[in-house]
Amino acid sequence: MEPLPEMAGLDEGTPLFAQVAERLAAEIADGGLAEGERVPSTNELAAYYRINPATAAKGINLLADDGLLEKRRGIGMFVAAGARQRLLGHRREQFAERYVRPMLTEATRLGIDGAELTTLISRCGEEQRFSDSRGGVPA
Amino acid sequence: MTPAITVAGLTRRYGQEVALDDVSLEIEAGSICGLLGRNAAGKTTLLRILAGQEFPSAGSVRVLGAPPAENERVLRRMVFVREDQAYPDIKVGHALKAASWFYPNWDARLADALVDDLALPRKKAIKRLSRGLRSALGITIGLAARAEVTLFDEPYAGLDAVARQFFYDRLLADYAEHPRTILLSTHLIDEAATLFENVVVIDRGRVVLKATADGLRGLATTVSGPVLAVDEFTAGRPVWNRRCLGSQASVVTVGQLDEAARARARSLGLDLVPLTLQQLVVHAAGWPVASQGVNLEGASA
Repeated sequence: MEPLPEMAGLDEGTPLFAQVAERLAAEIADGGLAEGERVPSTNELAAYYRINPATAAKGINLLADDGLLEKRRGIGMFVAAGARQRLLGHRREQFAERYVRPMLTEATRLGIDGAELTTLISRCGEEQRFSDSRGGVPA
Repeated sequence: MTPAITVAGLTRRYGQEVALDDVSLEIEAGSICGLLGRNAAGKTTLLRILAGQEFPSAGSVRVLGAPPAENERVLRRMVFVREDQAYPDIKVGHALKAASWFYPNWDARLADALVDDLALPRKKAIKRLSRGLRSALGITIGLAARAEVTLFDEPYAGLDAVARQFFYDRLLADYAEHPRTILLSTHLIDEAATLFENVVVIDRGRVVLKATADGLRGLATTVSGPVLAVDEFTAGRPVWNRRCLGSQASVVTVGQLDEAARARARSLGLDLVPLTLQQLVVHAAGWPVASQGVNLEGASA
């Protein structure tokens, strides 16, 4: 089978427009794209990801329909005020579903009980604080 | 949106053999559409009829609102680049000159840039070119013609992976600046998949699937894990394929999975891996979707 083209990290198994929207949303949430800043144009995204411009446009429109981006006529799309807070709030809501539940499933499989899990979490937290305070990268 | 190409009840027979069997199809104007299918599925016959190079046995074809055959007004607004395109006995530079006269939207600067990037020798006779360089010439003409309807039929014979990626990148860049209707037939689906807005899959002369490319991504999912959990999860869902190995099973199930379903799969300890466009097309082409009772409505273009 021929190799997949390199698409700057997108994968072929889920709708590309949704992945483009997710990438932009993550960048806004992380502060890489500040509120009021212009987001890349449809054609810039298409060239970067090597995808159809209509697909890129659909990804942008998804965020615009959600009020996270706003259109300024003739100039382009910009990050809307309050977008970052909304995205962070959304991620917070998903935290249990995306991180805690899978962890509990694996813990059950391994026979790790609640008390042991709590101990593990505190210990990992300690280690992370220690390495952060030294400006290092967690091992 | 007005379709750029409309085909109704199109049939093409060669003696006993049926190359196209009652094909009806619309291609949206201003989109890039992938024409996919196995070898000898009927892709080239369809493109040749669209380009006015062959007549249907039955049915009708309209390109830009009119039948293309022997219709110069339509033919000048459309370019057809085929695999192993044949050229008259002339030099590369002459072929480019002739194309510049024929196509009203010809972009000489784009043609020059492609000639340089693809290292096409202008003064060389076309018949002395390697297969890859002949393909490079076809690609140059196909892109620089900037025709309203652009038909590419596996235009990369003899081109290596680097040159093919160059073609895909230039096609996307020029399309972004100058949107037009592009129909690209290919069997290298993984390579070209991200270019497409829509895909049409042909098998044994019939259209077996027409959908938006993004609508197909993630439409089917491989569910794998312990047999009991897999069967519990996939019960009541349409299934394409089921394989077992010891206590493990792997099942391809059709239909988008919502967040609740994903959460349930996680709690059952199952792995979910979405099928790629290529894997889906392999299913659709080798295995007529309709006869499996599988509903692909959600993805229909």
